[in-house]
Amino acid sequence: MVTTTSPQPDVALTGGRRRGPDRLFRGLAVSASGIVVALVVIVGAFLVTKAAPSLAADTASFLGSREWNVSDPTHLRFGIAQLLWVTVISSILAMALAVPVAIGVALYLTHYAPARVAKPFAYLVDLLAAVPSIVFGLWGARVLMAYVQPLQDFLKGILGWLPLFAPTSVQAGTIFLASIVLAIMILPIITALSREVFRQTPNEHKEAALALGATRWEMIRIAVLPFGRPGVISAAMLGLGRALGETIAVTIILSTTSGAFSWSLFFGGETFASKIANAASEFDAPSKTGAYIAAGLVLFLLTFAVNAIARIIIERRKAFTE
Amino acid sequence: MSAVTSLSESAVPAGSGESALGDLSSPASASRRAKDRTATIAMHSAFVLALVPLVWILWTVISHGYRMLLTSQWWMNSQRGVTVRDFGGGAYHAIIGTLLQAGVTAVISVPIGILTAIYLVEYGRGVAARAVSFMVDVLTGIPSIVAALTIYALWISTFGLSRVGFAVSLALVLLMVPTIVRSTEEMLKLVPNELREASYALGVPKWKTIMRIVLPTAFSGILTGVLLGLARVMGETAPLLILGPYTKSINFDLFSGNMASLPTMINQDRTEFLDAAVQRTWGAALTLILVVMLLNLAGRLIARFGKV
Repeated sequence: MVTTTSPQPDVALTGGRRRGPDRLFRGLAVSASGIVVALVVIVGAFLVTKAAPSLAADTASFLGSREWNVSDPTHLRFGIAQLLWVTVISSILAMALAVPVAIGVALYLTHYAPARVAKPFAYLVDLLAAVPSIVFGLWGARVLMAYVQPLQDFLKGILGWLPLFAPTSVQAGTIFLASIVLAIMILPIITALSREVFRQTPNEHKEAALALGATRWEMIRIAVLPFGRPGVISAAMLGLGRALGETIAVTIILSTTSGAFSWSLFFGGETFASKIANAASEFDAPSKTGAYIAAGLVLFLLTFAVNAIARIIIERRKAFTE
Repeated sequence: MSAVTSLSESAVPAGSGESALGDLSSPASASRRAKDRTATIAMHSAFVLALVPLVWILWTVISHGYRMLLTSQWWMNSQRGVTVRDFGGGAYHAIIGTLLQAGVTAVISVPIGILTAIYLVEYGRGVAARAVSFMVDVLTGIPSIVAALTIYALWISTFGLSRVGFAVSLALVLLMVPTIVRSTEEMLKLVPNELREASYALGVPKWKTIMRIVLPTAFSGILTGVLLGLARVMGETAPLLILGPYTKSINFDLFSGNMASLPTMINQDRTEFLDAAVQRTWGAALTLILVVMLLNLAGRLIARFGKV
């Protein structure tokens, strides 16, 4: 289906006897692209078909309920309200923590660091992305936790009257701690993309600002930041997409809270991904598996929406600068 | 001139616009210099702050795990017959599993990824190319747990097969293909068009131009992309949780039996707090980091020195 749409001006030039291998090679390239399209279709199709029966049999409200009771195939009751809350709030907090630091690092690497060391320094930040997520999880749960707890207690003390910061029974594996680890995990990708757009700031803009007598910071504020804003926003969205789908680090860190609920960041819970991961060993009945696949489908749609917004922002910026 | 006016219109926040520009025309005042210095300090500290977790994590893993790695047992033995309480045993079975699964993933993903990139850069035009590019974007955003669930629905729910190493590889293919497409695409775009045109002008057919001129020119960049993609999928744990149960024994067969891997080996003992298990967890974590970082480093070095 893809073959017929694009013209082949080059084949005509090369003469008839070479058309065979040319067509074969083109066919290979087109079929590889077909496979890529098929992969996406497979993901969508299999998630939907396996989730549908369980969704149909669900006697609770799928979007509104906080229940998760899938052990009895004849009486399925499951909803994603709590998963959605924990997933979204932990990822948004992670993004809020990571973006300012990422902007600072990106500005440092593009406008402050001596040219000689900028590249190796940038590589150091990239190296953070090479740490496997399970190691982040271990470190967060075993090492960082002890250092975050005093901070949590402090925040509970002064902001405890807000529902978001209310003290809860959960001591160790809070959403707050998970968010900090997530923030560290998405820092490299946000930094790398921001660095790219900051570097593309037209020199004329920067020189114009400096010629007006601006200090370095003023030059950044009036030339670099406005130019880079769409890029930084889309980088933040891509980071958010990563955080939403992160599995094992969150699974290791978050304390599960059976049934109970609180709006507080200092509560535990499960995200879509950690819910599925925690249940991985007990996928025995199709109806049960279907419920988890339904949760996976929502996660897929959620990350898809966030990534799509990021792409749209990038595309609009491209159209604007060209 | 136009750059300056557009600057003052678009960039300076409304309200403070007057004073900001007014300030600029006079020599830097003390308060402006103080702000500049504060910003400089803030940027430096952001960078230092970003390095803290990297150094901290590496220090934690190395200091807890290095002892295991210094024994030859670690590299030659499996954990067969080693209980949670016992010290010792090795990670051979897990290293083998990780490398095998990643290898098969690469063998499947690399041709698909490179050919798709070739399609996008050399052949694709119009709606079809945009559709393929969009699908690559969608694949890029798929969380690893969703990729794992898809393969579960396909491999286990639909075909009734069991959880084996190859199923893990299939899930990793979903994650690796888009990264290879994107990195290869970038590299192919960097190949100057003059090279292609010179080749066409000599009467070389398009496929031969791509195979003999374009791909060799972009080779080191493509290889870097492959290695970085491989490093990324090796550290993935989510597909392993769902598709690749842990075993303490060595298994070379991707199509039958459980197959261990480094992430599941870490996962296996992470809830234990006995000394032996804790040591093993950190040892496996250090091994995984070493494997991933070596690949990463190799990729970067090729990118740096591979350009001929």
